[in-house]
Amino acid sequence: MFRLTASRVGGLLARRPAAALTAASSRPSSGEVSRPVDMSRPQYWDRRVSPLPDRPFREALSAEDKALKQKEKGPWGQLSREEKIALYRISFQLTYPEMNQSSSEWKTVLGGIFIFIGLTGLLVIWQSYYVYPPQPLTFDEDWRARQLQRMLDMRVNPVEGFSAKWDYEKGQWK
Amino acid sequence: MSLPKPVMRGLLGKRLRFHIPLAFAFALVAGGLIKYGVTEPRKRAYAEFYKNYDGVKEFNHMREAGVFQSVRPSGE
Repeated sequence: MFRLTASRVGGLLARRPAAALTAASSRPSSGEVSRPVDMSRPQYWDRRVSPLPDRPFREALSAEDKALKQKEKGPWGQLSREEKIALYRISFQLTYPEMNQSSSEWKTVLGGIFIFIGLTGLLVIWQSYYVYPPQPLTFDEDWRARQLQRMLDMRVNPVEGFSAKWDYEKGQWK
Repeated sequence: MSLPKPVMRGLLGKRLRFHIPLAFAFALVAGGLIKYGVTEPRKRAYAEFYKNYDGVKEFNHMREAGVFQSVRPSGE
């Protein structure tokens, strides 16, 4: 019921949270069929918005990891820098800088957008040639000229707009 | 490995103290720009237009052009 096939979260635009959702142990090596993730169990994730996942990254600890965890129970000032880093790597897979790494995905996205806009443009050109009915006669040059003259005669927007820009004495645009 | 403890409190207050006066200032500036860039010129344009406006003359011009239905041009 709570199965998530890795194939569904793959694809060209690999999303990092989804990639992290498949726990390291269930990621298949080459040649294996991918095992589905059991989402009824506590999950591990690397996400900026929810920093503390349901379980630590590595639960099966080696002997030295177990010794380190014992030492962690004591005063932390006694831990060396490498030990603190090792403890972090036990609980978490990625650091924040690693997690927040930018990718070049935007280039793919933008490229795809432009490709499809271009294809749509071709479609629009074809359509305007083969699909559209003839234009109404109100689009003819002559009709539009007479329409413009009528608008000036009616004094459309005489204060600031249309007729304000026409010089009625000289019969030309100002 | 000891970083300084980051600021934990008063974050919203700090943001508001910065952004609210800024928002007021922007709003006032925008209002001023619109008043002196749009409304005042528009009022002046209308005053200019109606200073020497002869409605009867305009009506006769429009009538001769044939745009009215109630009165036809004087020739017909």
